[in-house]
Amino acid sequence: MNFDWQTLWFVLVGILFMGYALLDGFDLGVGALHLLVKTDTERRIFINSIGPIWDGNEVWLVTGGGALFAAFPEAYATVFSGFYLAFMLLLIALIFRAVAIEFRSKQPMKWWRQIWDVSFSVSSIVSSLLIGIAMGNLVWGIPLGADHEYAGTFLGLLKPYPLLLGFTTLALFTMHGSIFIVLKTEGALQKKLKGWVKNTMIFFILCYVITTLATLIFIPRMLTTLQQQPFLFIVPVFNVLAIANIPRNISRGRGWGAFLSSCATLFFLMALLGIGLYPNMVFSNPAPENSLTIYNAASSVATLKIMSLMAAIGLPLILSYTVSIYWVFRGKVKLDSHSY
Amino acid sequence: MDALTLSRAQFGFTIAFHYIFPPLSIGLGLCLVAFEGFYLSTGKKLYLEIARFYTRIFGLIFAMGVATGIVMEFQFGTNWSSYSRFVGDVFGSALAAEGIFAFFLESGFLGLLLFGWDRIKPGTHFFATLMVCLGAHFSAVWIVVANSWQQTPAGYHLVGQPGGAIRAEVTDFWQVIFNPSTLDRLWHVFMGGWQAGSFAVLSVSAYFLLKKKNIEFAQTALKIALVIAAVASLLQLFSGHESAKVVSFTQPAKLAAYEGHYTTGPAPLYLFGWVDEKNSQTHGVSIPGLLSYLVTGSTDAPVTGLDAFTPDKRPPINFVFQTYHAMVAIGMTLIAVAWFGLFLWWRGLLWKTRWFLWVLVFSVLLPQAANQLGWFSAEVGRQPYIVYNLMKTSDALSKTVKAGEILTSIILFGFIYLLLGVLFIYLLNDKIQHGLHMKEEKGHRA
Repeated sequence: MNFDWQTLWFVLVGILFMGYALLDGFDLGVGALHLLVKTDTERRIFINSIGPIWDGNEVWLVTGGGALFAAFPEAYATVFSGFYLAFMLLLIALIFRAVAIEFRSKQPMKWWRQIWDVSFSVSSIVSSLLIGIAMGNLVWGIPLGADHEYAGTFLGLLKPYPLLLGFTTLALFTMHGSIFIVLKTEGALQKKLKGWVKNTMIFFILCYVITTLATLIFIPRMLTTLQQQPFLFIVPVFNVLAIANIPRNISRGRGWGAFLSSCATLFFLMALLGIGLYPNMVFSNPAPENSLTIYNAASSVATLKIMSLMAAIGLPLILSYTVSIYWVFRGKVKLDSHSY
Repeated sequence: MDALTLSRAQFGFTIAFHYIFPPLSIGLGLCLVAFEGFYLSTGKKLYLEIARFYTRIFGLIFAMGVATGIVMEFQFGTNWSSYSRFVGDVFGSALAAEGIFAFFLESGFLGLLLFGWDRIKPGTHFFATLMVCLGAHFSAVWIVVANSWQQTPAGYHLVGQPGGAIRAEVTDFWQVIFNPSTLDRLWHVFMGGWQAGSFAVLSVSAYFLLKKKNIEFAQTALKIALVIAAVASLLQLFSGHESAKVVSFTQPAKLAAYEGHYTTGPAPLYLFGWVDEKNSQTHGVSIPGLLSYLVTGSTDAPVTGLDAFTPDKRPPINFVFQTYHAMVAIGMTLIAVAWFGLFLWWRGLLWKTRWFLWVLVFSVLLPQAANQLGWFSAEVGRQPYIVYNLMKTSDALSKTVKAGEILTSIILFGFIYLLLGVLFIYLLNDKIQHGLHMKEEKGHRA
């Protein structure tokens, strides 16, 4: 039997985007909540909680994009050209976010800091929404022509289901971020933030339930692979358990337990998304025969093999130094002369 | 304007703005390694102060590079999706490798570099600096591999797809990586980066000396940067020569355009001039036979001229001629500046020669200009192809993206980059003016 390199790369690209959701997810969430704290010190604590790591987190997106280009060029080409204006907005949001973090604390003027605080927060919210909307469109399906080109319009991307997924993603990242920031703070600020976690959690669980119902009702195709491979049902089961584990940990005051459960939630949600889409990369709706699958969108097996070698060398290195760097910056945020 | 012109304009302008920053990261990264290395080996506090000061500047430059770089990773898909479909199998893996081997390294260790001073031991911090510097160089490796493949494609074959389309697929990955122009161009990009970084340090140091501020600090940094600048500028001359030789046999139309060389035969080398494209003539001051000599080793050996290519297969000639010659002229100037600086240092006159310090203050712009002009020559010189002799730029566009949409994004990027450029200069200036004495003002500033 031939080894299924396309499936391997579907999983690997998925892992890169999952890494992005897990890691940048909390720093986007911190950004989304940023304007809700009012004093300068509190805002500096927010920014510095992600200061040394946000940049490395964003690399998961860039590398995910590169890996998608290399492994599935047809999907990369179709999605990015098809979602042109949406991606331009995302790029601009990410640019503003990057410079807002860097620029904000470089000048003492109140107006200056206010501008970059707003930029940081708005761009974090917009990025989360757009990422969710993009995923929502992949799940719902977009109209593709026989030549694999997107045959719809910009406004056609703003259907109710993708918008719902946009809000769900925002809710998920906000919850993830609020749990993270509790870990990085102490004293009165931490106490205040703990109160927020409950609200973000309720917001997320509400969105999650609606999204799940909408998916089951309107997109039964997302269940096809699950039905064919019943052992995969452990994924949604674990997903629900992970979500239930968040309030349990929080009510017992276990911050790390809650954060790890939130990470597990993201992990299983991304896994569900992957299982639901498989073997499609970009589902064509209408005209499903034009869909981009992992087979007709993939690079040659020779390229996938080379890429596998790179991943085998690169990923352990990346994981080892990412873990070490997180370890160095563990603990509560302390503002010092090197902080933002 | 049509979608092709607009997409080219957008790519050209976003990459040119982005390319202000990566060479600075490469060169400044090397300077940081040197500063911190001296600190570790001598234990002198002064080197640590220098390293910390330039690390703050590095942080700002790096953030700009990241913010503008993310656009580049996705623009192949958004604006050049036909190109992406055609080359993804070959070109995509180089971009993915850049992420896996370079971006993670530099972005990961950057956190330690900027924020780790008090959290990790000096030796570990030096290691982080080294990794960031290495990461910056690695990212150049992979992007030059990708771009060189566009100039001199190798290690691929063309394969028909079920839908009738054709695409390039890898046959030999090592040939893709070490295609005929990779190594020379990589060396050229590295040296351009070292020049950009070292001349930036020279400029800041000379400014301090002229303002009589931080004298010992400035003199120490200036000496280190001057050595790097002198070595890099000289090596750049050789790498440029080697690069041009490779162009002469891999992309003869480009070399002919560089020199405005129309008729195949012995070729002169123009010091400066003007190409009259209408009448196929080049006017200017030239040294007869020198191009032939540089390329082949003999003054009367023939060099392929533009007459070997029909007009639809030639790049814009005068544009390429001018950008190329300006780049070479700047390269020569940089050698002169750096080595004259060494001479003054040797004679003990460096700190007294105020006019020369003023030259150094403004010299920071020269490597920047040369880097940009060099890329203009290389990329415009490859036209009308996006992959030399294989795919025309006009066939590479996204089919679904309309001119109006591209115009919208150009206007958006235009405003944003203008804003970023102004803020960058403002903050950079602020850091240079106050960066050394930040500790006292802490708590309010960062």
